[in-house]
Amino acid sequence: MRAFAVAVFIVIAGILPAGAAEIAFPALSGRVVDQANILSSQTKQNLTATLEGLEKATTNQMVVVTLASLQGQAIEDYGYQLGRTWGIGRAGKNNGVLLIVAPKERSVRIEVGYGLEGTITDALARGLIEQEILPRFRDNDYDGGVRAGVTTLTQILMGDAKTASRLTEVGTRKVAPTDGNWTWPLILFIVMFFVLPRFIGGGGFRGRRLGGIGGGGFGRSSGGGFRGGGGSFGGGGASGRW
Amino acid sequence: MSRITKFLAVAVTGLLLAACGVNEVPKLDEEVNAAWSQVENQYQRRADLIPNLVETVKGYAAQERETLTAVVEARAQATQMKIPADILSNRAALDQFEKLQASMTSALSRLLVVSERYPELKSNQSFLSLQSQLEGTENRIAVARRDYIEAVRKYNTELRTIPGRWIAAIFYPDAKVKENLRAPEGSSTPPRVNFGK
Repeated sequence: MRAFAVAVFIVIAGILPAGAAEIAFPALSGRVVDQANILSSQTKQNLTATLEGLEKATTNQMVVVTLASLQGQAIEDYGYQLGRTWGIGRAGKNNGVLLIVAPKERSVRIEVGYGLEGTITDALARGLIEQEILPRFRDNDYDGGVRAGVTTLTQILMGDAKTASRLTEVGTRKVAPTDGNWTWPLILFIVMFFVLPRFIGGGGFRGRRLGGIGGGGFGRSSGGGFRGGGGSFGGGGASGRW
Repeated sequence: MSRITKFLAVAVTGLLLAACGVNEVPKLDEEVNAAWSQVENQYQRRADLIPNLVETVKGYAAQERETLTAVVEARAQATQMKIPADILSNRAALDQFEKLQASMTSALSRLLVVSERYPELKSNQSFLSLQSQLEGTENRIAVARRDYIEAVRKYNTELRTIPGRWIAAIFYPDAKVKENLRAPEGSSTPPRVNFGK
């Protein structure tokens, strides 16, 4: 018994110092992890739905995370480690993307998994941050900035080359946000969640369980159960400060 | 002993060896090699960006000849270095590699500081694109370096501690401890280029 206690002590003593130096990452509670508490619940629902539609259509996994603190790390250092810890993206494809917002440090980053570095190039990520996200964050419009970022990223990941080339034209044109930004993901979303299920499962998808979490029909199917697919990150993407 | 018993004995021994980690040394060795090729790749990627960058800057700031030449020379030296096959266990070669890459880093950051003075350059399309690619590459270099350092740490620990030490002595007598990168001060944050945006 005594020997056992000693062994346990040794094991714990061996683990603790190593564990203490590690960064603490928030739990992956869904496709939108709002640790800093800056997003409205409406936005969270919309984002969750868009991101879920994106994964269904392309297998690309995107997660939005807001952080209470970067714990003294540069956002670049924090970002790729967070992506690896959560394993966002499919294992062999490494097709994960993180949109990280750290309001305390006034930093934002688009962290791109190995497999998407060609689609979301550094220049593109930077253009997106500077044209779509930062202007809104400077007006303290976190909801709008994150939504605009996710919408554009979704468009690009769906293969919208026009948006991509507009964003790499840094400096030549300023933000030209249109309300049309939302239409195409919205149409897609409606098709994915309302039209397709009718054809596929004869409507069995929408179980009559009203009064569940959140009330709205959005994002219900993602309640819990969301996990990373084991994708990895190598520091691709871009950051911005406001 | 019948042939079947012999075969079984060999199979069981093999399984036992695998279970006690006989494959650990080559496995970690491969991880170190993979991490190192990532380091080399990312440095190469940076070197590949330089000719375009130099051309672009030249178009707007030709008078910065000295700074431009320094970058071109640093790049030439770094890319001309013959990397020996045993670089990972060859301290001198690794130090040389590090030195050349570090001088490229500093030449580059000087070039970017100088570029600050040319507003037209700063709003040039391809310059901005190159600049963000460069930032991204510096960041990838930092990540690759950290991965390499970690891979070597694991490999060396395996070689130096028991039972890895015994296993290596019996099965992999030519496995050598690898040299690690000396992370310079502040290397955990990639050099940040700020253009007063």
